[in-house]
Amino acid sequence: MTCLPQKTDKALGLVIDLDTCVGCQACVTACKGWNDQGYGVPLSDQNPYGSEPSGTFLNRVHSYQVMPEAAAPMIVNFPRSCLHCADAPCVTVCPTGASYKRAEDGIVLVNEDACIGCGLCAWACPYGAREMDAAAGVMKKCTLCVDRIYNENLPEEDREPACVRTCPTGARHFGDLADPASAVSQLVAARGGYDLMPEQATRPTNKYLPPRKKDRPDQASLLAPLLDIKATGLAGWLDRVLGKLP
Amino acid sequence: MNPASSVIIFTVLSGMGLGYLALLATAHDYTGAAAFWHWAFAYALATIGLAASAFHLGNPQRAWRAFTQWRSSWLSREAWGAVLTLLAFAPLALSDWLGLGLPRGFGWVGAVLAMATVIATGMIYAQIRAVPRWHHWSVPLLYLAYALAGGCLLAGFRMPAILALVGVAGAVLLHWRVGDGAFARARSSLGSATGLGALGQVEIFEPAHTAGSYLLREMIYVVGRRHVKRLRVIALGVGVALPILALLVVPGVGGFGLAIILYLLGAFAQRWLFFAEAEHVVGLYYGRR
Amino acid sequence: MCACRCGINVHLKEGRVSYIEGNRDHPINKGVLCAKGASGIMQVTAPSRLRTPLRRVGPRGSGAFEPISWEDALQTAVDWLRPLRDEAPEKLAFFTGRDQSQSFTGWWAQAFGTPNYAAHGGFCSVNMAAAGIYTLGGAFWEFGAPDWERSKLFVLFGVAEDHDSNPIKIGIGKMKARGARVIGVNPIRTGYNAVADDWIGITPGTDGLFILSLIHCLLEAGKVDLDYLARYTNAAYLINETEGPDKGLFVRNAEAQPFVIDRRTGAPAPWEAKGVQPDLGAKWQGHRTVFQHMAARYLAPDYAPEAVAARCGVPALRIRQLAAELADVAFNQAIEIAQPWVDFRGDAHASMIGRPVSFHAMRGISAHSNGFQTARALHLLQILLGAVETPGSWRMKPPYPKPMEAHPTPHFIAVPGKPLTGPHLGYVRGPEQLALKPDGSPARIDKAFSWENPFSAHGLMHMVIPNAVAGDPYRIDTLFLYMANMAWNSSMNTAQVMQMLTAQEPDGSYTIPRIIYSDAYASEMVAYADLILPDTTYLERHDCISMLDRPVSEPDAAGDAIRWPVVEPDRNVRGFQSVLLDLGARLGLPGMVAEDGSPKFRDYADYIVSHQRRPGVGPLMGFRGNGDGEGRGAPNPDQMARYIENGGFFQAHVPEEALFFKPWNAAYQDWAVKVGLFDSPQPYLFNIWSEPMRRFQLAAEGHGAVQPPDHLRERLKLAMDPLPIWYPTFGDAAEPFGFEVHALTQRPMDMYHSWGSQNAWLRQIRGHNPLFVPTKLWRKHGFSEGDWARVTSPSGQITVPVVHMAALNEHTVWTWNAIGKRKGAWALSQDAPESTRGFLLNHLISELLPAKGDGMRYSNSDPVTGQAAWFDLRVRLERAEPPAQAESLPAFGTLAMEGLR
Ligand SMILES: Nc1nc2c(c(=O)[nH]1)N[C@H]1C(S)=C(S)[C@@H](COP(=O)(O)OP(=O)(O)OC[C@H]3O[C@@H](n4cnc5c(=O)[nH]c(N)nc54)[C@H](O)[C@@H]3O)O[C@H]1N2
Ligand SMILES: Nc1nc2c(c(=O)[nH]1)N[C@H]1C(S)=C(S)[C@@H](COP(=O)(O)OP(=O)(O)OC[C@H]3O[C@@H](n4cnc5c(=O)[nH]c(N)nc54)[C@H](O)[C@@H]3O)O[C@H]1N2
Ligand code: SF4
Ligand code: SF4
Ligand code: SF4
Ligand code: SF4
Ligand code: SF4
Ligand SMILES: [Mo]
Repeated sequence: MTCLPQKTDKALGLVIDLDTCVGCQACVTACKGWNDQGYGVPLSDQNPYGSEPSGTFLNRVHSYQVMPEAAAPMIVNFPRSCLHCADAPCVTVCPTGASYKRAEDGIVLVNEDACIGCGLCAWACPYGAREMDAAAGVMKKCTLCVDRIYNENLPEEDREPACVRTCPTGARHFGDLADPASAVSQLVAARGGYDLMPEQATRPTNKYLPPRKKDRPDQASLLAPLLDIKATGLAGWLDRVLGKLP
Repeated sequence: MNPASSVIIFTVLSGMGLGYLALLATAHDYTGAAAFWHWAFAYALATIGLAASAFHLGNPQRAWRAFTQWRSSWLSREAWGAVLTLLAFAPLALSDWLGLGLPRGFGWVGAVLAMATVIATGMIYAQIRAVPRWHHWSVPLLYLAYALAGGCLLAGFRMPAILALVGVAGAVLLHWRVGDGAFARARSSLGSATGLGALGQVEIFEPAHTAGSYLLREMIYVVGRRHVKRLRVIALGVGVALPILALLVVPGVGGFGLAIILYLLGAFAQRWLFFAEAEHVVGLYYGRR
Repeated sequence: MCACRCGINVHLKEGRVSYIEGNRDHPINKGVLCAKGASGIMQVTAPSRLRTPLRRVGPRGSGAFEPISWEDALQTAVDWLRPLRDEAPEKLAFFTGRDQSQSFTGWWAQAFGTPNYAAHGGFCSVNMAAAGIYTLGGAFWEFGAPDWERSKLFVLFGVAEDHDSNPIKIGIGKMKARGARVIGVNPIRTGYNAVADDWIGITPGTDGLFILSLIHCLLEAGKVDLDYLARYTNAAYLINETEGPDKGLFVRNAEAQPFVIDRRTGAPAPWEAKGVQPDLGAKWQGHRTVFQHMAARYLAPDYAPEAVAARCGVPALRIRQLAAELADVAFNQAIEIAQPWVDFRGDAHASMIGRPVSFHAMRGISAHSNGFQTARALHLLQILLGAVETPGSWRMKPPYPKPMEAHPTPHFIAVPGKPLTGPHLGYVRGPEQLALKPDGSPARIDKAFSWENPFSAHGLMHMVIPNAVAGDPYRIDTLFLYMANMAWNSSMNTAQVMQMLTAQEPDGSYTIPRIIYSDAYASEMVAYADLILPDTTYLERHDCISMLDRPVSEPDAAGDAIRWPVVEPDRNVRGFQSVLLDLGARLGLPGMVAEDGSPKFRDYADYIVSHQRRPGVGPLMGFRGNGDGEGRGAPNPDQMARYIENGGFFQAHVPEEALFFKPWNAAYQDWAVKVGLFDSPQPYLFNIWSEPMRRFQLAAEGHGAVQPPDHLRERLKLAMDPLPIWYPTFGDAAEPFGFEVHALTQRPMDMYHSWGSQNAWLRQIRGHNPLFVPTKLWRKHGFSEGDWARVTSPSGQITVPVVHMAALNEHTVWTWNAIGKRKGAWALSQDAPESTRGFLLNHLISELLPAKGDGMRYSNSDPVTGQAAWFDLRVRLERAEPPAQAESLPAFGTLAMEGLR
């Protein structure tokens, strides 16, 4: 189990559009809500109403400020969850085989019944995509909502991850990144989707779409005044303006 | 990384115990009660160490599963190594105690296994690219050096112990030297972690959450870094230089006793640093490493 | 759950809520949910939920209560209220917070007979609402929406989240996916403004000037939609230029109707006559058109970009570029829909021409003391571009568009034992309609519709407590509040409001003798009430999102919705609306008791179905009569079931030929009458020139019988200008005294005011808040990470942690709204980060402006509408040592509310 499949038939994953994400955190709680009662044990919270609350989440949204050399500073909201890497180090380190990558669709999962909670896979993941549940002592991670995307009890249109379904801006896309014809692959191609920390050699499946170019540089305005109002006065202006009417 | 005491105890004691076992099997020939006590002590150290590792498991009752993935997982290999080592030494230990006269060459099998186990322990850390400080062959070397020095001290070999301690010093210095620049060499930055680096300088604006989390506790341990300098002095001074001095100036068992205590202090300090100083790349996302 | 009114599907497991997701068919959210909605389950399980009716036993504010029965609670309320109704109904002040049943609570208050009713609109966004109604007959807020499918350029002013939070997010997402451009005008670049393609980091309070400068550029270049102006606005009306009481009013004909000059004949013609071509350039007997007055004003060099740039914090070139871009998209990239239509004049149009430029604005322009005029300026910009109700622009949602004249005027005369003769809130047309007593003093406790704020269409909830305690204009007996955390985050000047709530007379009685409050959770306000009527949570009751209120309409369809209980309360709580009906029946209020004196409605669910506001028109428009009735029809006992079957909502679709140009589109007008929105067609012209405003100016100039007090004359002359103007906010007066920095708040998308903090998931995301400081001030004060600042305003001081933010206007600091909590409230532990590090900016905001030379203190509100000017706040920053235990200051005592859990 712990060996990675040579090749997966599909590479299901997410494409996250940083140009569109407003940082609303909807995907964070939708993920928690679904997975709290879905795949595996609930996502527990410790000290939930106390001074130091803490809990297990499979998806977190950060916010960064980017300061270009010569343009206005930007804020980029940045969702972070498991990237379902092709070369997933979290899988190979696992001593129990609980952590595995599926050959059929590339989803990286934890078999919670086999997990001893050693935490090694979380150490191995560069992206912080795994969180050990403090109540159950097992490793939790994004399942790509396997219990939704193949769930025959759900209507066809709902067979997508909870976070994708809830994202109000449509910044999250789900699909097969191994299929170059898929909508997600085309989006990645069109918008220059990229990998996070390529130097970590994990070959993530999930891709991020960069913010589009923002804040047009100051260039000349195209609006030319009708005439010199100082010289011609309001009457002259009025003549010109109303003269435009048919 | 969070320096969990269970893991520190595990790595220090099991390494020392395995080193001692290896020497008992190859360089000593105790017999009778003496053999019993020495072997028992060495076994105890190694097993206490290994047992300690179970304390940081979320579900220790399933620990047996850790044996299943030896083909890919260093942790699994280490588990096998530890058990095989302990098993491999058993006939010799019995033979030493009961005077069965098993050929001593047998001990070498166990010794090789023991050292392999120590290397496997080191590899658990060294394999983790996400912690650049660890991701280097100097880590298993470091573990090996500590195991050997610990073993020599327990085995009562004065000169070898001194040499092994010098080896520890070398390994530690190498580890620090390599480690201190490792994060930068790994080329991971907030820019690469977010992919936004090309747009401009990237900084944290708001954290993803104000509450605590497993990641923050486990991977982003920044609390004790200000003690680094002092602990490095303790690791080398108390853990290496002073034991050598003790061995040189205090004769007899006393010298060894003192040296062992100092060695342990130093080893714990070094091991604490090994974790506390190690920065996980995930810290980039939080602007804290 | 919140005022966005999204549709949800609630999944149950063994009778307990297990998962909540968006309803895909729902017109508002189309399946998506926000962070709060998706964690609504934590709202229903929060330990802070009130469990039983309570009567105060300790001193006010101590948190000491005894549980009582509902019978006891209701009887107590009746004992308090009955004498008031019989003797002096105005001694009850009934104010509600973000109430989604305002048409019901208002109806109740009307039946009780008190003039003192309003919801929270006065401190929220009445500038937006009133400016929209007075100008366009519809408003931004949640009453209109950009044409997300067709718009090519979307400019967003001062919005962090808004009520239409999911629709805006869906819309922005759609626009970005299409490659359309989004521009954010906001001092702070987060959220929507972070994803905007362009960010204009304007200095707070200057949007009006910025917008009028855009108008200057457009006029200068002649880039305005003349045809649109002539046909659909009052730009061609003539302004009376004769000195005297009619100066500045429209020139009227013998039937007292304003008229236009027909270009075809050069002669006067009725504005609505078939074929008439109103002449914008007309001059008639010395009177010029609105258009010419407008051009004369905005072409003046005061509005040139170069003249306003420094004040607005936006380079002049940037202003010119935006004007050019607006003009380019509106006129060069116009769109056309091949849909013939007929206007109210009977003129047929072969197609619908669209100006694909849309705008949206909210509290960033609204919550300033120049907000009404700023919002008017923005509407004027839209009108000049022909970008209202045309394809690709901004469109109104039924029941809007609706001319100002179709709204009621305020009713306020209290007669013991009698209901009020009409609704409390409305739109005044002139001084005669102000809510004044015969002696000229305000008739309402909040002084709404007085000379201080004539157009206060939503009341002034933020002034109720201060006025009641000051006895100005008079004292009250019972303050009845619902769903408003007035002791904390919805008040200005929190520290003093808490003192006012506990203020005592020399004889030891409370200055506000009685406070009844309905909340669902252990909020700060609960501690200050005498009688608590605990409400259910949102999944435990019926609700009605009615067409009479703030419905779930979209520009293409009128829509309303219900919510029905999916779980039974596990506590001794009751839905507030049902309780109010019960109280009404016990008090024998008209409309709430049957002939035989028994309660007319079983509960709120019954009211929703059976109540009729006008014959055939009730709270819900769908499935009326035998089930086919749309808008009109007799009550249908199966209505609720039909709504549930239909996913909880109903939509009446606007016919194709009626989708655009609604105020003038005959097909739309007919449809609106058919579905019961109007009783007769109501076409109208947009008000570039506002005659009601001019009437107040005239009064201030000394004309007319109803005269303002002298000290308000100058202010009225300025603020009631019939053409949009800009003046510095009243807060700017603090600048010369060293309060140079603007301080703002924004709503976090993941929190709803104060109640997100009781949600165990949300509070992990945002458990405390820092003050964000721009680079320039960060450097100036030598701040570094982990530092604290002392922030001082003319009325208060706080000490709080600071964080650096680059994408921020350089004169502005800000924080997230309502994260800070009082210790002991919300069933959080006393050392919860919300109450240790978290803080409110409200401590710095005064409800009154500093005293002026004349000794008068005006409320910190817009002089036109009374809108609370939250964002006028000016402060001074200093680096400070972290306070003891690194807890933000001021710290108030712990509320001892454990007993409530
Ligand atoms: N500094 C600053 N202050 C502001 C603003 C700002 O921008 N900056 N904005 C202002 C604006 S626009 C507004 S609208 C106000 C909002 O302020 P409030 O209207 O006070 O809003 P909430 O904090 O939501 O408080 C409403 C109360 O309703 C209770 N509640 C929640 N659900 C229910 C329910 O189902 N039934 C009942 N009966 N009660 C319930 C909550 O527990 C809470 O006590 O804040 C204002 N305050
Ligand atoms: N998640 C969530 N949604 C909510 C609420 C909530 O509490 N949480 N509350 C609801 C309520 S009651 C309301 S009233 C709405 C309010 O919704 P918004 O109108 O979005 O209100 P604020 O969050 O106060 O945002 C005001 C924005 O105006 C900007 N601003 C301030 N001053 C100026 C200025 O002078 N010029 C410009 N251009 N911008 C300025 C601020 O930076 C901020 O971005 O949201 C509703 N929706
Ligand atoms: S993101 Fe982390 S947890 Fe997910 S597959 Fe990659 S390495 Fe494993
Ligand atoms: S925590 Fe569980 S899944 Fe992760 S490596 Fe250990 S056993 Fe495998
Ligand atoms: S795919 Fe499912 S599990 Fe993964 S982040 Fe989205 S909601 Fe969470
Ligand atoms: S739901 Fe969508 S917009 Fe909101 S934080 Fe998640 S990805 Fe971003
Ligand atoms: S915006 Fe309001 S109504 Fe919509 S999902 Fe969020 S909380 Fe619920
Ligand atoms: Mo509001």
